[in-house]
Amino acid sequence: MSDAYAVSMLKKMRHWGGALPIVIGAVALSGCSEGVLDPKGPIAAAEREILFNSLGIMLAIVVPTILATIGVAFWFRSSNRRARYRPDFTYSGRLEMLVWSIPAMTVLLVGGVAWLGAHDLDPRRPIASDVEPVRVQVVSLDWKWLFIYPDQGIASVNHLTVPVGTPVSFELTSSGVMNSFFVPQLGSQIYTMAGMVTHLHLQADHEGTYRGLSANYSGEGFADMRFTVDAVLPEAFAQWMDGTRSTGPMLDAGTYAALAKPSSAVAPFTYRSVAPDLFNGILGSAMHQHGSTGLAHPTAQRAEK
Amino acid sequence: MNLLGKLSWDAIPLDQPIIMGATAFMVLVIMAVLSFITFKDYWGPLWRDWITSVDHKRIGVMYILLALVMLLRGFSDAIMMRAQQAVAAGGAQGYLPPEHFDQIFSAHGTIMIFFMAMPFVIGVINVVVPLQLGVRDVAFPTLNSVSFWLTASGALLINISLAVGEFGKTGWVAYPPLSELQFSPGVGVDYYLWSLQISGIGTLLSGINFVTTILKLRAPGMGYMRMPVFCWTAMATSLLIVAAFPVLTATFAMLLLDRYLGFHFFTVDGGGNAMMYVNLFWVWGHPEVYILVLPAFGIYSEVVATFSGKPLFGYRSMVAATMAICVLSFLVWLHHFFTMGGSADVNGFFGVMTMIIAVPTGVKVFNWLFTMYGGRVRFTVPMLWSIGFMITFVVGGMTGVLMAVPPADFQVHNSLFLVAHFHNTIIGGVVFGLMAGYNYWFPKVFGFRLDERWGKASFWCWFVGFYLAFMPLYAVGLMGMTRRLQHYDNPAWQPWLMVAALGTVVILAGVACQAIQLVVSVRARRQLRDTTGNPWGGRTLEWFTPSPPPAWNFTVLPSVGRFARRTPAEGTQDYKAIEMPNNSPIGFITAFFAVVTGFTLIWHIWWMAGLGLLGAFVTLLAFAFRRQEEVEVSAVEIARFDRAHPAEVTP
Repeated sequence: MSDAYAVSMLKKMRHWGGALPIVIGAVALSGCSEGVLDPKGPIAAAEREILFNSLGIMLAIVVPTILATIGVAFWFRSSNRRARYRPDFTYSGRLEMLVWSIPAMTVLLVGGVAWLGAHDLDPRRPIASDVEPVRVQVVSLDWKWLFIYPDQGIASVNHLTVPVGTPVSFELTSSGVMNSFFVPQLGSQIYTMAGMVTHLHLQADHEGTYRGLSANYSGEGFADMRFTVDAVLPEAFAQWMDGTRSTGPMLDAGTYAALAKPSSAVAPFTYRSVAPDLFNGILGSAMHQHGSTGLAHPTAQRAEK
Repeated sequence: MNLLGKLSWDAIPLDQPIIMGATAFMVLVIMAVLSFITFKDYWGPLWRDWITSVDHKRIGVMYILLALVMLLRGFSDAIMMRAQQAVAAGGAQGYLPPEHFDQIFSAHGTIMIFFMAMPFVIGVINVVVPLQLGVRDVAFPTLNSVSFWLTASGALLINISLAVGEFGKTGWVAYPPLSELQFSPGVGVDYYLWSLQISGIGTLLSGINFVTTILKLRAPGMGYMRMPVFCWTAMATSLLIVAAFPVLTATFAMLLLDRYLGFHFFTVDGGGNAMMYVNLFWVWGHPEVYILVLPAFGIYSEVVATFSGKPLFGYRSMVAATMAICVLSFLVWLHHFFTMGGSADVNGFFGVMTMIIAVPTGVKVFNWLFTMYGGRVRFTVPMLWSIGFMITFVVGGMTGVLMAVPPADFQVHNSLFLVAHFHNTIIGGVVFGLMAGYNYWFPKVFGFRLDERWGKASFWCWFVGFYLAFMPLYAVGLMGMTRRLQHYDNPAWQPWLMVAALGTVVILAGVACQAIQLVVSVRARRQLRDTTGNPWGGRTLEWFTPSPPPAWNFTVLPSVGRFARRTPAEGTQDYKAIEMPNNSPIGFITAFFAVVTGFTLIWHIWWMAGLGLLGAFVTLLAFAFRRQEEVEVSAVEIARFDRAHPAEVTP
């Protein structure tokens, strides 16, 4: 075997080594449409980039470690007479140095990504945009999602319509059990907790219909706690608003109490109007004892079987 | 006033064929075992040699036996879940209704963590640590028996829940408010809470026992820096148990107060805050991960050194890394819920801390690598598990660090990516290690080696099966599939889940190979006999006594110089009698009352719960007033044993 051949092999290996993360990424991508690797908005896109960057940094150390493990174990097999037996090789200051600093440096890099990412992609941080954000209040119920548009005075169940290219500012809570609001292709999930409000800012950049779900187990009807997100052009969004205002029931304390009773796999529908400050009423009712407000404990006790 | 509280015939789910089938099978196995014991007239020996034994080796074996039985139970749950998710796509509902599926995943997690991994780890620690330290038993032998029997009580309660009532439908973490009375009025959560409270006390007592043993009872000359790495990891684990388990007990106590007496610690109303539970749970929960994996790291350290024919590379680094992990494991809990909406600083801090804990872990991997470097590596079954671990665990570690990046976690939290990650570390880290330890120390405990061929077949099935079962879960996790779905509408996930189900079948073949390995080895025990006491060429003290060791472990307590010398056999002319702790039924009786108390509290049979507590208290009093706590093993008996094992007397 000539040296030139070995060198060319090495070059090839290096070439493939560099391409490896890309290959893995491409394979994963092709299989992962509709998932977090197929982002449709700036938050999800930034998160995917962070995911790939961190993965790339770590693969640079993980792949050689795996290969070295296999290589060393194979070469030093007891039947290999060419391998030198060095039973006293149990300490080396220089190697110890290396052994501690390689993971430390990797962690320094990924730790930087984590710290900066935690701040840049803080769910509470509004998305910088010239477009006025749309406000949506989210309530997780047993087992469906209520979306209230407070500025438009309408609401919908298990279906969220947002305008493309517009930041959406979410306030989220729960009627009882904890859930997690999650639209994988738009980014960041966040918990919904009774008596507490979480904040989240997302944006869809492309028209389309995306899957949404609860990502925190919440009981019997959990598997059906899905919703769809329609990202539509701003004009279509305005039309949808007008259409919604003209039909459907009204959402007030009474209809909310009916809605909040446990049910699953509810077909999406809309409310043409919403009682003012309903969201804060739901939020407050969770913190008070039974019956202190009109909305108190709408979540019926789940019947014992 | 109902004398039986909430208990009635309705509690037995006669309308559920799968549950009744499993129950019938369980009853059948128990009946078969009981009649076998009766037929062979084994009740006497069983009571004298095992149930009342305070010998750390026998208690360790019982722990491991419990773990293996519960592994079968937890693994059946796993197969059912994978089968359900392989078929329940599109409009299909699969064969398990949500009500049953939710119990299965809750039971699977609870059993695998608390009643498979924990007893297995504590069992190996029990068997090995006193031998490696060169002592006759643990610091508190009777307490050790109590620990085991309390753990077994918890396991029994979980299994009763299959037939009488139901198990929790709240996942293995039982987050409130879902686990509060308002949303889970049934007995399932109470089964979960009481069985874990009872076994948790057992675990805490074990932790105290081993901290004391390792700190106070070591062979003469064995300073801290001469302890085998496994003993270091056992000590780190015991310290973590002592520090973390009270948190779990207190947290569960608060949830029990909420459920039984109308308190408002974690309720939706009355000023309760469920996130307090979530924080406290993981203040215990993350150290728990290291409670499990550190002893496994210790096992790899012993196995890799022995089968590379060299001492461990970088012993001091290994010790430092172990203790660093022990401390850091308390500073990372919040990474389990980055998505609760904490501030960016909080998330950033816990993200970075989580990564820092990966540094000592990485150091360990490199040190094992350098231990093999320059060695003569023998690919025995324990070594295969160890190399399989090194390859698998770095992948699991990598995905773990990936999820420590908060924005990445926002996308994969609670998804099957997470499920794949923690199985990657717990199977690839803990289970592989326990299997390595099982094969490595089996000849020490029973005096004969396990069959190599079936052992290797088992390893390869587990190894391949693991990748088949969990790599697809990483993919579907990235495709947006969350965990605990009884059915789903996205058909694109189904092919991946079918592969995962296939992987489970391959692992099943691995489990079958292990069972066959045990049977084959028992039958061929004469050919596989270990007459040397040191079948692998190990250098730690457990290999300096016959296999199986006598009840007193070492005829003459070894003393440790710069290198361990084979002193135990010296001075054999002059035998002295040895004082050994007496057998005690205290553990078994306490456990009996614990089961009665737990079961009756679950079903609100207050009067009987009172009797149970009283019984436990009386047992304690009786123990406190015992007359004789030790028996003497005569010099003649010791001399006779030594003459029967000449191979060990002369090196």
